[in-house]
Amino acid sequence: MQQLSERHHEYWRKNLRITAILLAIWFVVTYVVGFMARDLNFTFFGWPFSFWVGAQGALIVYVLIIWFYARYMNKLDQEHGVAEEE
Amino acid sequence: MAGLSFDTSGAGGGAAANKAFKQQLNKVYGWYTAGFLAFVIVLAVLEQMGLSRQWIGFIFLLATVALYAGIGIMSRTSDAAEYYVAGRRVPAVYNGMATGADWMSAASFIGMAGTLYLTGYGGLAFIMGWTGGYCLVALFLAPYLRKFGQFTIPDFLGARYEGNLPRFIGICAAILCSFTYVVAQIYGVGLITTRLSGLAFEIGIFVGLGGILVCSFLGGMRAVTWTQVAQYIILIIAYMIPVAWLSVKQTGVPIPQAVYGNQLQKVTEREKQLREDPKEKEVIAAFKAKADEFDAKLKDIPAALAAEKAAATQKVADLKAANAPAAEIQAAEKALAAVPANEADAKKAWTAAKAANAARAVPLAGMPSHAAQFAGDPNGDEKAQKTFNESRRNFLALVFCLMVGTAALPHILMRYYTTPSVKEARESVTWSLFFIFLLYFTAPALAVLVKYEVFTVLVGTPFDQLPRWITSWSRVDPALLSVVDINKDGIFQLGEMKIGGDIIVLATPEIGGLPYVVSGMVAAGGLAAALSTADGLLLTIANALSHDLYYKMIDPNAPTARRVMISKILLLIVALAAASVAAQKPADILFLVSAAFSFAAAAFFPALVLGVFWKRANKWGASLGMIAGLGITFYYMVTTQPWLRGVFGVTSPVELWWGIQPISAGLFGVPLGFAVIIIVSLLTPAPTRQTQELVEHVRYPDLKLAKA
Repeated sequence: MQQLSERHHEYWRKNLRITAILLAIWFVVTYVVGFMARDLNFTFFGWPFSFWVGAQGALIVYVLIIWFYARYMNKLDQEHGVAEEE
Repeated sequence: MAGLSFDTSGAGGGAAANKAFKQQLNKVYGWYTAGFLAFVIVLAVLEQMGLSRQWIGFIFLLATVALYAGIGIMSRTSDAAEYYVAGRRVPAVYNGMATGADWMSAASFIGMAGTLYLTGYGGLAFIMGWTGGYCLVALFLAPYLRKFGQFTIPDFLGARYEGNLPRFIGICAAILCSFTYVVAQIYGVGLITTRLSGLAFEIGIFVGLGGILVCSFLGGMRAVTWTQVAQYIILIIAYMIPVAWLSVKQTGVPIPQAVYGNQLQKVTEREKQLREDPKEKEVIAAFKAKADEFDAKLKDIPAALAAEKAAATQKVADLKAANAPAAEIQAAEKALAAVPANEADAKKAWTAAKAANAARAVPLAGMPSHAAQFAGDPNGDEKAQKTFNESRRNFLALVFCLMVGTAALPHILMRYYTTPSVKEARESVTWSLFFIFLLYFTAPALAVLVKYEVFTVLVGTPFDQLPRWITSWSRVDPALLSVVDINKDGIFQLGEMKIGGDIIVLATPEIGGLPYVVSGMVAAGGLAAALSTADGLLLTIANALSHDLYYKMIDPNAPTARRVMISKILLLIVALAAASVAAQKPADILFLVSAAFSFAAAAFFPALVLGVFWKRANKWGASLGMIAGLGITFYYMVTTQPWLRGVFGVTSPVELWWGIQPISAGLFGVPLGFAVIIIVSLLTPAPTRQTQELVEHVRYPDLKLAKA
């Protein structure tokens, strides 16, 4: 029978927390801005703001979310001793 | 490409070997990119010296297909780990490029900018949906699947949900969505080969198929991976150059993504003018009159049919009596033959003609204002409010289905098995999305720039001075582009052009006035996009059959060599089957592609995510959840989508749930899938300890446990 240590549980909790936070950002950028698109119509460097978010802004945020997650988790692996051996 | 070798020491290797391998790849693909650019420049010079367009098309077609085939031959393998997962040592950056090419299909490369041109803000659902899905891949799936470390998605379902039933459902769902998708790719291949070479559509399909097959047949995932990297490089260069050129031409700045906001403002201004333009109104009135004409005929079909027949017969007789030229008589006889044979035919033809004309009797040729978010008006009357709400709801539903579908398509998820480690799998998603992002944030710019060109340069041009691309494209297929001077003023109005979304990208170089060699390059890029996706999809189907069905379920003792052999044979059969379906030109390609996303979303996403994040999920929950999700999605599409209704002979009235369009049927399948898995799992016994340990195993990149 294998036994997970407290360190392992903490690793998983932190993973779930960062996943939830990033997912919330993803949700706001996609669906909240999408839902309010008609009201967020002010001009933003020439574009209507919500058009710009749909065409560029959201995409940039998506790339940043994934980039941050990879960086954060790779560091978390090291801190909790679950990183793969190189 | 001399010296290209993907045979570094055995699978896995150490960190040092991986690093050396990556450096070697950098060098090879660096030279490759330079070689491709040199090739294009040489062709450009030859064009100036008088090389014909037909030859340029041929050279692009043959050179690129030969290149992909060459990489396939160099990477041939019969080793299972190499064949199924490219030896698991594809560096994150290159896996990102390969995933990008695998992901971006003919629909992304050729179709998307066209959709944006035609629908404006509404088309952004595709941009957001097809990129935001990677957040779900990164957060919920890629690292865990890599840690699990088998070969296919049904593998995961079979191991996690203890048995062959979930695996079998997984196989069926994987084949269903991959096959619908691959038919669309092969169709795209046929379209481009026809355009590049002038061959017949059916022959074009099989030429392209040859390129696909040499690659995936000989080398499996290994060959496909290295070819896809090569294809990504071609497709991204081919997409960027014409847009940058158009941007320089219109704004003086070579970075269209940064400056097209201003062009969008000008387009919006111009839209207002065109809506009020008296000439455009004339065109609308002319189409309206035609629609009314057919409407009148439909009111009394027998009389109208008799009158039409009499008139056509009379004309033939008159011409013959007057000894008119043979050509005129022939034309009149043809017109007589074209008169509907009976009342049923007449009704069908006239109803269609009435609808076609009525559809064109609208401002801006039926396009919404480019920057307007959703149709209707939230502050208007009841009807406008309803339109607004439904339009917004459908936009968000489509985004949802495309995102979840992205995170569930087996041919994409499979790619994350090929990285050397969990760490690289995570980084690889970042690179995947980055490379996809490059094309996706350019597409809306392309759409606006082309629209500006059409609205300001083309509209108002005399008909005899229309640019050459209009005639050459309407000759390829009138369904893609047709112009008609319906109000007979000799001047081109926006309403007089009917343009299909699929030619916007392919015609952009000509619209921007670039040399033909760039058109050839763009077509080669579209070919690369379609071929790379088809490769990945065919491999997914063949692997699902050979690895999951044959090896895991039928003959677990089969030797490796036989498994790989069987996979190759199946690949050939599936490819031929898909090509023969594509050669029939099935009615609704775009719908088929989008349907694949809804199917994948409903079938796989709940089972995969709960499999990692909820230990209690068990075999029965997952099996029933997948069936229920897929079932309701399928049911909704069959009862509401016109083409499928025809195929399955559904005659009941169309009943939309909350006004959701059939394309977003996954919106119902995904939550139902989650609900069924959770409820059924709780009602049936928990999975075994071993399975729960497997879940723990995939959650930690390297689990070193103290034995209790």
